Amino acid sequence: MRQYESRQFIIGTIFLVVGIIFLIRLFYIQVIDSHYKLDATNNVLRTIVKYPARGLIYDRNGTLLVYNEAAYDLMVVPKAIKEEFDTTGFCALLEMSKNDFDERFNRAKIYSRYKASIFEKEISARSYAKIQEQLFNYPGFFVQTRTLRTYPKQSAAHMVGYVGEANPKIIKKDSYYKSGDHIGISGIEKYYEKVLRGKRGQEVQMVDVFNRPKGKFQDGAFDTTAVSGSNLTLTIDADLQAYGEKLMQNKKGSIVAIDPSTGEILALISMPTYDPNLLVGRERSENYGKLSQDTLKPLFNRALMAKYPPGSTFKSINALIGLQEGVLTPSTLYSCNRGYSFGGRKMGCHVHLSPVNLEYSIQTSCNAYYCNVFRSIIDNYPTAEEGYNVWRTYVTNFGLGKKTGIDLPNELSGFVPETEYYDRYYLKGKWHSTTILSLAIGQGELGFTPLQMANMVTAIANRGYYITPHIAKEINGQPITAFDSTIIRNETGIDAKYFNEVVEAMYKVVEQGTGTSAKIDSIQVCGKTGTVQNPHGDDHSTFIAFAPKDNPKIALSVYVENGYWGSRWAAPIAGLLIEEYLRDTITRPHIEKRMLEGNLIGTAPKILTNEGE
Amino acid sequence: MRGSKSLIDNIDWVTVGLYLLLVLAGWLNIYAAVYNEEFESIFDTSQRYGKQLLWIGTAGVIATVILLIDERFFSTFGYLIYGFILFLLVAVLLIGAATKGATSWFAIGGFKIQPSEFSKFATNLALAKYLSTLNIRMTDLKTKLTAAAIIGIPAVLILLQNDTGSALVYGAFILVLFREGLSGNFLLIGLVTTFLFVITLIFQNEVYQLPFEFELTGGWMLIVVLFLIMSLVYYFNRKKKQILLFTTIIFISCSGWVKSVDYVFNNILEPHQSKRINVMLGVESDPFGAGYNVNQSLIAIGSGGFSGKGYLKGTQTKYDFVPEQSTDFIFCTIGEEWGFIGSFVVISLFMGLLLRILFLCSRQRSAFARIYGYGAASIFFFHFMINIGMTIGLAPVIGIPLPFFSYGGSSLWAFTILLFVFIKMDADRLEVL
Repeated sequence: MRQYESRQFIIGTIFLVVGIIFLIRLFYIQVIDSHYKLDATNNVLRTIVKYPARGLIYDRNGTLLVYNEAAYDLMVVPKAIKEEFDTTGFCALLEMSKNDFDERFNRAKIYSRYKASIFEKEISARSYAKIQEQLFNYPGFFVQTRTLRTYPKQSAAHMVGYVGEANPKIIKKDSYYKSGDHIGISGIEKYYEKVLRGKRGQEVQMVDVFNRPKGKFQDGAFDTTAVSGSNLTLTIDADLQAYGEKLMQNKKGSIVAIDPSTGEILALISMPTYDPNLLVGRERSENYGKLSQDTLKPLFNRALMAKYPPGSTFKSINALIGLQEGVLTPSTLYSCNRGYSFGGRKMGCHVHLSPVNLEYSIQTSCNAYYCNVFRSIIDNYPTAEEGYNVWRTYVTNFGLGKKTGIDLPNELSGFVPETEYYDRYYLKGKWHSTTILSLAIGQGELGFTPLQMANMVTAIANRGYYITPHIAKEINGQPITAFDSTIIRNETGIDAKYFNEVVEAMYKVVEQGTGTSAKIDSIQVCGKTGTVQNPHGDDHSTFIAFAPKDNPKIALSVYVENGYWGSRWAAPIAGLLIEEYLRDTITRPHIEKRMLEGNLIGTAPKILTNEGE
Repeated sequence: MRGSKSLIDNIDWVTVGLYLLLVLAGWLNIYAAVYNEEFESIFDTSQRYGKQLLWIGTAGVIATVILLIDERFFSTFGYLIYGFILFLLVAVLLIGAATKGATSWFAIGGFKIQPSEFSKFATNLALAKYLSTLNIRMTDLKTKLTAAAIIGIPAVLILLQNDTGSALVYGAFILVLFREGLSGNFLLIGLVTTFLFVITLIFQNEVYQLPFEFELTGGWMLIVVLFLIMSLVYYFNRKKKQILLFTTIIFISCSGWVKSVDYVFNNILEPHQSKRINVMLGVESDPFGAGYNVNQSLIAIGSGGFSGKGYLKGTQTKYDFVPEQSTDFIFCTIGEEWGFIGSFVVISLFMGLLLRILFLCSRQRSAFARIYGYGAASIFFFHFMINIGMTIGLAPVIGIPLPFFSYGGSSLWAFTILLFVFIKMDADRLEVL
């Protein structure tokens, strides 16, 4: 291989050339070029997240329901804490024990010695004012601004929901969220999260090795400003909502009020409730724990998630179906001898005049009449199954037994059995109108949410249709219908003329029937009482109503758990709410007083209140 | 005449001295790189510098053992050692542990062994044994293919471990083949290919407006330029035989390469690899992403100035701004704390070692020892070039250690073995007839 010997010089030259290139390059960057030296002094980059302000929430009249208050996260860079750090003074400033300090500091150290991590979360503006004055004495600590929700009205907790920190599961699912971000967990905060959240920004600061800010990195080339969330105007009337909550104090139940002409929800009340300010900031998890342990289930949104049988209020619907099916006329008479006997059994009724016509049947809530009506609807078809399916279609056309499509999370569908359900219990072809007769008076398997009931009343008030119920009215001043194409007119398939018959009867209910406790001078209120059989305790009191009779402005459903008859609690509360909404004054203070003082929870009220700081 | 007396006389103490200086400097800089007020003792084995001292001590034992082994052991068992390493490389794929996306470790107790570090030595041994066989001529196709297989098999296995950096090191053996008679055209082709690759990536996103509303993307523009160059080459050599065929073949293969680079870049390389290369070429600027390491590394080295900030006084390396600073980016610590003077000394030490090995090679009587020496030098050189090159922004960020400097037991042991086997061969050179 001697002939290739000269090649060792080529290889040696390659080595030397690379070495010399390196030395030239090093000489250039280390001795000639000075910009790396400048960079080094300002090299520590600190990214400060600019959290956007969440959108504000207003009621339909422009009253502020939810706004933001500044809060501060105290951050620490463990490496920047020198030995001469005055731990005692710092602990005194933050009002924490030395042990607590050590524990937090170690946690931060484990996360990273060089990167900032949160030392203390969500310090209120008031506490921060004190800390701010002295913070410069403690290098290594700095604050990051953020905002917390505040609820000046202290009401409508279930509806607005609450905001929490994005957990690892959410972060994994949606790449927008980073650790420390806030996210709507329930209610409107959750449903309109993308509208309310805005856009996060950042500022990249250069700090020197002593952690002193030295200006923006590359003149702010990597900085972005935070974009505030959009403001949301709700359909809710904050005064009506608050008044309803007040009337329902010390009671369990729910009230939903809707403007029939638009489908806008005026009040959405679930009792017992809690102060939404409890689920904010540092105390959130502790308070949440207490609320979730409460036996009265204050966190449970009954308006959307509780299923009650409709009770006698449902008779109006059966009357409408009968009229439309042609098996019932306003003058149809049925006799009632304290009930309805069939096949050796009897469905009881209370004492009233007999025979009964349509108007009187609603006014007096006659069970026997509706057993007849229901049987004539079902038995009008060759088989019970066919008849039942026709009936069921009408019922679901009222928005019952399916989600109404309200713009709130976790709505229940309610329950109207399918024929398969009865087939499973009674075998196919073996069940008849008498088997399912309890449906005639709104009992049995039926289960509707208070929202669905209010929506049903809306369809009656409108004489044949309802608009998809919704709770957002405007986003940044633009009507919600511009964003949400699901808000539409839904037809029941029943003629308006039949509605007028039933509406007249419901007017009589309030004028001289079971619902007189909802009667208001000079306002024509239509309603229907109901008593919901409750296998677990006292029956529930319920009332559906709308007013005025012509050109209705408000339709509502009221459920008061364990309140016995509809006329005892639900009807007077509905009357007061209608008066409050339409007239803004209460003409029957004695009824208001009785409602406010009524306590159906039994024990002393144990609803959490925010005691303040 | 064999014995410890003659062994000590025959060992090339210059090389050993350079080795000791490099290892010592490496250890001191690892101490500086991970220096922490809470663990001040340089002998604290819970820290990297303490562990590195253990590695250095054991490397010393290994070096001594190698010097005492008969030189013929390595030539006799060359293929066996190679085969054993190939077995380990396959095994690590099946049962190895993964760090940072690469499956290249055996975890034994608290220690981690990386077979790919040792396979460089084994491959060098096998290649030297094969090429030193009588009647082997580099010009034969069979020789080329066999040599390519010896080098290629471990490289592919390491590629399968997802350790691209270590696999690239095997490219260094082209210098050995060149020294043993491989046509210089191969080196040339390698250079041209790399050049075209880089230039294509730089221009791939450009669009050129030509008259008559013609538009050319960067790739096509390069092909047009290639065509013009080849036309000129043809024009000035048109009297020569077969020049048309020659220029056409070169033009077509170069154009094909240019067009396929885009495909290679976007479909064969992993996203993080293509990004690193883009950043190095200045095609992309990304001081928070892939460019972060290089940017921070340049700042650290650049801020060292002429004479450095002083030992343990570096701020950039202290505050962890440079990632991987005790392993792949150890040179930053030297640059920052010792300045240009320190960088000059370290580069000179490496140059000295490399040229000393070349000198020792030239005095070998046996082809086996000579080829082995070139192989060792080429491997050291490749690591040196890529590692320091990346810290000063002249090479893509490919995670391979700086020999004798970077923290890590496997690499220190492997480089020690690689070097001391050659020192042993050199010490015994007079016994080879």
